[in-house]
Formats: sequence, structure tokens, C-alpha cells
Amino acid sequence: MQRSFILYFLITLVGVVFIGRLFQLQIVKGSNYDPIRNSAVKIEYDYPERGYIYDRNRKLLVANELSYDVMVQPNQVKSIDTLEFCNLLKIDKKSFLKRLDKAKKYASYLPSVFLKQLAKEDFAYLQEKLHKYQGFYIQKRIIREYPFNAAANVLGYIGEVSEALAIKSNYYEAGELIGKDGIERQYESFLRGEKGKKYLQRNNLNKVTGSYKNGVFDTLPENGKDLTLTLDIDLQRYGQKLMSGKRGGIVAIEPATGEILALITAPSYNPNMLVGRKRSKNSVLLFNDTVSKPSFDRGLLAAYPPGSPFKMMNALIGLQEGVINEKTHFFCYNGYKYGRSKDAFMGCHCGIYAKPIRLKTAIARSCNSYFSNTYKRIVEKDNKPSAGLDSWHKHVTSFGLGNYLGYDLPAGSPGLIPDGKYYDKWYKYSWNASTNISNAIGQGEILTTPIQLANFTAAIANKGFFYTPHILKEVSKRAIDNPKYTTSKQTTIDSKHFSPVIEAMHQVFKTGTGKWSQVDGIDICGKTGTAENFAIIDDQKIQLPDHSILVAFAPKENPKIALAIFVENGGYGSTIAAPITSLMIEKYLNGKISDKNRYREKNMLNLSLEDIYAKLNQKPEEFASGTK
Amino acid sequence: MRQERNNIFVGIDWILIILFIILVCFGWMNIYAASKADEDFQLLNFSTKYGKQAVFIFLTVPLIVTVLFFNAKFYEQFASLFYIISLLSLIGLFVFGKEINGAKSWYNFGVLGLQPSEFVKAFTALAVAKLLSDRQYNLKLIKNQIKAFVIIFTPALLITLQPDAGSALIYLAFFFVLNREGLTLNYLIIGTIAIFIFIFSILLGPTLILAILLGLTTLIITYITYKSGKRFLRFNWLKIFGLYAVMSLFIFGTNFSYNNIFKQHHRDRFEILLGLKTDTKTIGYNSYQSELTISSGGFSGKGFLNGDITKGDFVPEQHTDYIFSTVGEEWGFLGSSLVIITFILMLFRIIYLADTHTNKFGRIYGYSVASILFFHIIVNIGMVIGLLPTVGIPLPFFSYGGSSLWGFTILLFIFIRLDAHKNYDW
Repeated sequence: MQRSFILYFLITLVGVVFIGRLFQLQIVKGSNYDPIRNSAVKIEYDYPERGYIYDRNRKLLVANELSYDVMVQPNQVKSIDTLEFCNLLKIDKKSFLKRLDKAKKYASYLPSVFLKQLAKEDFAYLQEKLHKYQGFYIQKRIIREYPFNAAANVLGYIGEVSEALAIKSNYYEAGELIGKDGIERQYESFLRGEKGKKYLQRNNLNKVTGSYKNGVFDTLPENGKDLTLTLDIDLQRYGQKLMSGKRGGIVAIEPATGEILALITAPSYNPNMLVGRKRSKNSVLLFNDTVSKPSFDRGLLAAYPPGSPFKMMNALIGLQEGVINEKTHFFCYNGYKYGRSKDAFMGCHCGIYAKPIRLKTAIARSCNSYFSNTYKRIVEKDNKPSAGLDSWHKHVTSFGLGNYLGYDLPAGSPGLIPDGKYYDKWYKYSWNASTNISNAIGQGEILTTPIQLANFTAAIANKGFFYTPHILKEVSKRAIDNPKYTTSKQTTIDSKHFSPVIEAMHQVFKTGTGKWSQVDGIDICGKTGTAENFAIIDDQKIQLPDHSILVAFAPKENPKIALAIFVENGGYGSTIAAPITSLMIEKYLNGKISDKNRYREKNMLNLSLEDIYAKLNQKPEEFASGTK
Repeated sequence: MRQERNNIFVGIDWILIILFIILVCFGWMNIYAASKADEDFQLLNFSTKYGKQAVFIFLTVPLIVTVLFFNAKFYEQFASLFYIISLLSLIGLFVFGKEINGAKSWYNFGVLGLQPSEFVKAFTALAVAKLLSDRQYNLKLIKNQIKAFVIIFTPALLITLQPDAGSALIYLAFFFVLNREGLTLNYLIIGTIAIFIFIFSILLGPTLILAILLGLTTLIITYITYKSGKRFLRFNWLKIFGLYAVMSLFIFGTNFSYNNIFKQHHRDRFEILLGLKTDTKTIGYNSYQSELTISSGGFSGKGFLNGDITKGDFVPEQHTDYIFSTVGEEWGFLGSSLVIITFILMLFRIIYLADTHTNKFGRIYGYSVASILFFHIIVNIGMVIGLLPTVGIPLPFFSYGGSSLWGFTILLFIFIRLDAHKNYDW
């Protein structure tokens, strides 16, 4: 018995080890095991049709088109007349061998794409001839088609799913298509539908031996849902046309709903460029262009100091905080002196020297001194600049500035609205309104994007509330019910304070910087501005020609459109931004441009800043200017 | 004695027989699952694997009756004769054997092939029992140890020459028996240490391991010298020198044979197991598929005949050496653990019964049976669940094949016969 003990012990030990290993394999590892994802089950997919995309007037923006790929399964390829075959496909022999080699390297016994997206006219001809070449066949695919050369930045594009995602995801397989940008990416789940699956039992030779479990898991494909966008494609195209030859962006929003009417970035590209056989060549052109950046959606991403339009913000906060009222006046002496040193002086172009300036005049004439005083009062209200700035920050962010707005497009920038802590950190608690007086006039640390400004304008037009801007209007012709976009957001400013500001904005287009861009019969309210911009060359900050900025809404009563426009290096807002705004508003509200304003349209269409951009690329230091 | 003759079932151990029946029947169900085609079920159809196995199983009945028919004494008396016939059958293979997969392991009788090595195990066990049960025999003597080794390793050598190294490996199981009968454990300990040294020298390179070993030995010797004075060195310097030499020779010798005498596929199997190589496509395919198949069973399995990986024939040799993976897939953790537990119960029962034998011959034979079955189970299941390298030997009573089934049946039922007699004085 003593000696038998060793054998008893060893047998028990082996038993425990084996059962432990089985536990590891079957319980631990087995829990991750997906019964229908193993080598014995082959899945065949039935691809649904991707959803169509329409604009708000139900004009078709994105459709599907059939495309044909030549496929090859290398182990079935028998000796063929290579020369004839190459001629047929219009490729040379070197390319033929390269493609075949690539397919072989992938897997000799699996089909892979030999030649992508045949021209339609080639297909019919090839169809007849191809049966002679064993191992080659044609596969039908669906690709996107864009009837309008517009809104590429909004619509986005589709492309093959990345390898990493294909591995991670339990829906996508390598080689399948997925929305890569814009709407295609944002609403991928609506657009793609559900692919149908057929589960087949197969053996070790990859031969299908029948359906798996009599098809209990099989599903039918479900077509993608059609989407209707809030976009007005006519306005979008018109805006893109006006912006040709310029760089910048326009965002137009319907204030009453938050619906994005136009989202223009310039330069842009034809969405059809990213479809078809020229796709890879074109994507290199688009994505590697780091100068004009056609793939950079300026309307959503370009964060700049907003400049003068931000003065309305400070006016509203001043009124809300009670530090100014409509009758409060300040004096301007061609500028504002905010410190003791000689340099502590902010110039002003309002041209009203040493006379009392009140709110409406201050906005209409864009007086820097007035808003510096106001800002100082806001921030130093209780002699606690940090707390004062925090309350200012609270008001500003209630307009959706300083953070991602939450719109339904996959690109964005939060911008920047500094709070008390921000300066506490930089200036170690010893600062006051003078330290960051530039915030008074929308310069300094503040950064906003055009869509944030457009939303800000919409909130003014609505006198204190806004709907989060959004691009999706209907899914399968049913209006969206996402509360994020269907319930309004209240700003912290009482609605009574908006009237004087709106009056002043009206003045801007009546008598101020926008007066040359009026439209008969439409009361436009707006505010022009300039954003400084700098280039860093040899560690030196060099100021370049200002970007021009303009925000506006119209009509004054019951506003239908609010927009923000920004033109890179466009100089004063009144010269380029104002006429474009006025044309956009006229086009949207009246549907056409009156004969009287035709000259304006012509000027803008012909205006090109390309010369400036070209020079800027070569020698930005020559453009250095000391003026603000 | 007379009474026994009339009824061969008197005194036999029904627990072992029930365990045997459970294993054989469950084994057949799994062979059926692993080899079933979509055609109609034909139990005795000789063209299907499961049909053949059914025939093999039916034929065990006359075999069992025959084995039980003979008197227990008969097996003791004729043990040497059986052993010699066994050796002759192995030698005969080199002349008459049929070559399959590069090895002459089979006699071919038209419709049926027989693999003698499956039977020789039982008869070697008889011979070992006979030798060790001799009253004059004392395992402490080197001379006697060598006798035992010769009996055990002659068939092993013949089988290695076929070549069928896997089947030959089984003869190592007799170490358990020798140990039970008084052979010092040192052989086992030294052997185990040698195996570990070998593995580490493959993993980390021979020079490093040798340096570590020599360093350790030197430390120990220094310690002993320090404790017992210089006399130790004076009297033992030759032994110490010899120890160094043996260690160096062993490490470089095994490394040399590993790299130059072993074939590449042996090295590959070994290195995949040690994790030095990963391979799921070619050589590692078997183990990879087998593990995957078992994992896919989960806790309770996919159900009888529902193993889709089994159906797809993804595991090579699934009805023979890899039969346990079918259990894993279709019967899950529950089923495969139960099979292991059933085997353990059978082994325990055999050892328990062997220990109750007053007769040395029966006890040693029982021990041999348990050790041989145990070794088969370790190597086979260990391989299927990816703990041991690929060695193609069958799972007792489970794997497809007439020779192995009959071989194990004879092995077990001779013991059952001996056991039935233990209470009689012979």
C-alpha cells in the first residue's frame, strides 16, 4: 500500500491537471467562442443596398450605381493567352503579373479583386469574352454616385473598412465598405442596412457540404435607410460657387430649428473623385494637399478668434449682469488705454472722438473702447477678476461656444473660451481685466469655429435660445425625434436684452460696414469682423493679412437664416464677406438674385484670392503687417 | 477448481467490466460521430469506420470468453512462451510486415490488418510479472535489474526499429511496476532530472545550463568539503571529476543528437510545444485544431452528432488518436471530465485489486496493466489537449482500431481472470 501510494498520487495529479486544462480550454477560452465563427462554418453574405441621401427639398444627393470588378482565384487560373487578356482589360503585362502575384500572396484558393470597377462600356464586352479565361470572373458591386458636384465635406465618402476595425468588429469583414467621413460615417448604421447571412457547413477542404443547422441562423438582407438632410443643395452649391477662388467656410442655420442649411468649405472637391478607379490617385491629391487642404472642413474645424462679432456677446453679458444698460456711455479717444505704460493702448477705428458713445452706436461702429470698458466692468464686477471671468465664461458657453456643439457630423473643434482658472494658472492669481482686455473685442485667447458663430447668431436671432445645429432631417421620411436636436437650449441671457443688440446689428447693414451689401426688401442684421492670424517663421510670430469674418441673420423679424462666414486672408469683412452674405441671404429668401444685385454676384464670382495665397506660400514675411 | 471451469464468471470483478463496457460503448459513439458520412446508418457495414469498429467490438466477446476460459495458472506457466512468441511476431514484421506511413508495424491478412505491438504489451507484462514474482528474485541486485530491463526493452527496441517510437515509449510505464516492486526511485528521479535538463538546454542553450549546473555542483561540493574536511575531496576526487564529465557529456550529447540525429519534424513538434515556435497551419495544425475543437465544446458541449468541427473533418486522425477531441466538442467539459474520471476509477480499481492479491504474480501483472493504461492516457490525452508533444498512440478502449481494442481487452481481461482466482490457493 505504501508504494502504491505513488501511483495513486500520480494518477490523481494527472487527473487534476487534465481536468484543469479542460477547464481552461472549455470554460475559460470556450466562453469567448462564437459557435458560428469557426472554420467549419462558412458565412456567405448578401449585401443590402446602401441608403440614398436627399436634401431638404428631396433632391437626390447620393445614389448607388452598379460597378463591376474582375475577380481572380489564382489556383484556378489555367494557362491563358496573356497578351490577349491584357489587351482585353487594357493593362500591360507587367501590371498583369503584379496583380496576379498579389492575389497569390493573399491566398491562392480564395478569390481576390484583380481589377477594380470596370468602365460600364468595358463590362458588356468583357462579359462575353471572360469565360474563356478560367479563374477569372466578374463580380457586381454597388458604389456611390453623386448627382451634384457639391457638399463633399458634408456627405463624406465610403471606403474599405480598416483592417483593425475588421478584426475588432463583429459586423464588418475585411474588404467591406464603410462610411469614412461626413454623413456616410456619422449615419453609417442607418445607411448600411443589415447584410443577409447564410451559414454553410464546410469541411477541411473548404468544400461546402450543406447548410449549417438547416439555416436556422440565416438572415435576409435589410436595405439601408434613406436619409433626408437639412441641407438646401441649391444654397450649398451657390455658396460653393461664391467661394471659388477663396479659402474659408460658410455655415448657414435655420434659427427656428437649428437645421443646417448650408455647410460650405472652400476649396472643396467633387465627391465623385472618391469613387471609381481613379479613387486612389485622387485621394492622394486630396489628402496630401497640406496647403489648400480641400479635405479640411473649415466650417467645422477652423478655430480662430472671432473678432468684432464677439462684441455682441460682451454687450449681452454686460446687460444681463447689469453693469451697463442701453443708456450707459463711454468715451473713446481713438482707442482705449488699459494700463500705465505707453504700449498699454488698444486702438479703435470708430472715429467718434471724445463724445459719449452708447450701446447701439458702439456695436454699429464697432467701438473697441466701449467694449473694453464693458468687459472690464463685467470681469471686475465684484473686484474678483477670477470669479468675474467665470461668470462671463458661464454666459459665453451657454451659447455653445468653447466646447463641441454636439452637431451630428464627425468633425469639430471645441474652440476656446478661457475662464478664471485659465488665467490663474498663467498669471499666478495676479491679473485683472486689463491683462486679457483683448477678450473684449473677440481677440486674445478666444477661439471659435464658423459653425459655433453661426449658432451664436441663431441664438441672437431667436432672442436667447437655440437648437443644437444638425444635418439630419428625416430617416426613411420620418422626422428625427432625437431630443438633442428637437428641444431648444436656453442661453443665460434674458430675451429682453437682445432687442437693442439686434437693432444695432440692423444698423450695421443700414448705415455701417455692411451698408454696401443691402438687399431691397430684406432686413439683414449682421456684424463684420476680422480675425488676426499669424505664421511662425524662424521662431518669430509674423502677422499675416487678416481673415474676414461676418455673422448675420435675416430677416430681422421672424428670422429664416442665420449664418457665419469666414474668408482666409480676406481683409476687412465689408469687402468680401458682406457681399457674399448678402447674396446667400437673397438667394435663400428670394430664390434668385435680383437684377439690381447681379453686379455683386458677378464681382464675387470673379474675385479670386489665389494670387495672395500663392504669394503667402512663398514669402509670408512680406505680408507681415503690424496693424491690427 | 472444477467448479470454476464450469462457470468462467465466478469471482470476476464486475466493476471493471462495467467500466470497460462504458468506455468501449462511449468510445464507439464518438467514433461514429467522427466518421459518420451522410449516408444511411449501417452498423455492420465494413466500409465505414464506425461499422468496422462495431465488428471489432462484437469480436471482443469471443475474445473475452477465451481469455476468461483459461486457468489463471495457465498465464503464469506460459508467460515466457507468450513473450517469446511476441518477440518473434515483432521480428517477423521486418520480413512479412506491410509498410504503412513508412513503418512496418502491420501484418496484412486481406480484409484485416493486425498490429502486433498492441498485443505485445500484455505479454511483456506477463513476462515481467513472471520474472519479478520469482522467490529468488531480488530487485536490489544490479544483475536482476538488468534482467528486468532486457525483458522490458527488447520489445521496445524492436518496435522502435519498425520505426514506431510512439508505441515503444509505452514501455517506460514498467518503471512504475519496478518501483512498486522495490526498484530504487533514483532511476526515476535521475531520469526526470535529465529530461528537465534536456528541455532547459533546448530552451536556453546548452552552455548556460552547463555553467549553471557545474556552478551548483561546485557550490554543493564546497559546502560538503567545508563541513566534513578535506578528506572528502581526497577520497572522492575521481567521482567528482566523473560527475562533471557526465554532466558535460549529457548536455552536449543530447544537444548534438537533438540537432543532428532527430529529424526536423521531431524538433518542430517539440519546439511548438515548448512555445519556441508558433504554427497553426502545418505541423502545429493538429494540436491547434484539436485545442480549438475542444474549446468550442464549452461547458456542456454541442450535443451528440452536433459537433460541426468534427463533421467538417478539421481534426486529422480524429477517430483514432484524436478521438478525445470529439468528446470535448460534443460532450463539453462535463463529458470529457467524466471520461477522465472513468479512466481514473478504472485505474484505481485495478491498483486496489492488485494490492489485495496475496499472489505476487497477479499483483505485479495488475500493476503493469494499470501503468500501461495510465501511460497511454497521459500521452494520448496530454497530446490532444495540447500539454504534450504529438505522439501517435491510441486512447485505450476509445480509439478506432481492432488491434488496439483487442490488445487492451486481452491486457485487462487477463488481469480480471487472475483477480478472480486470487482467493484460491494455486
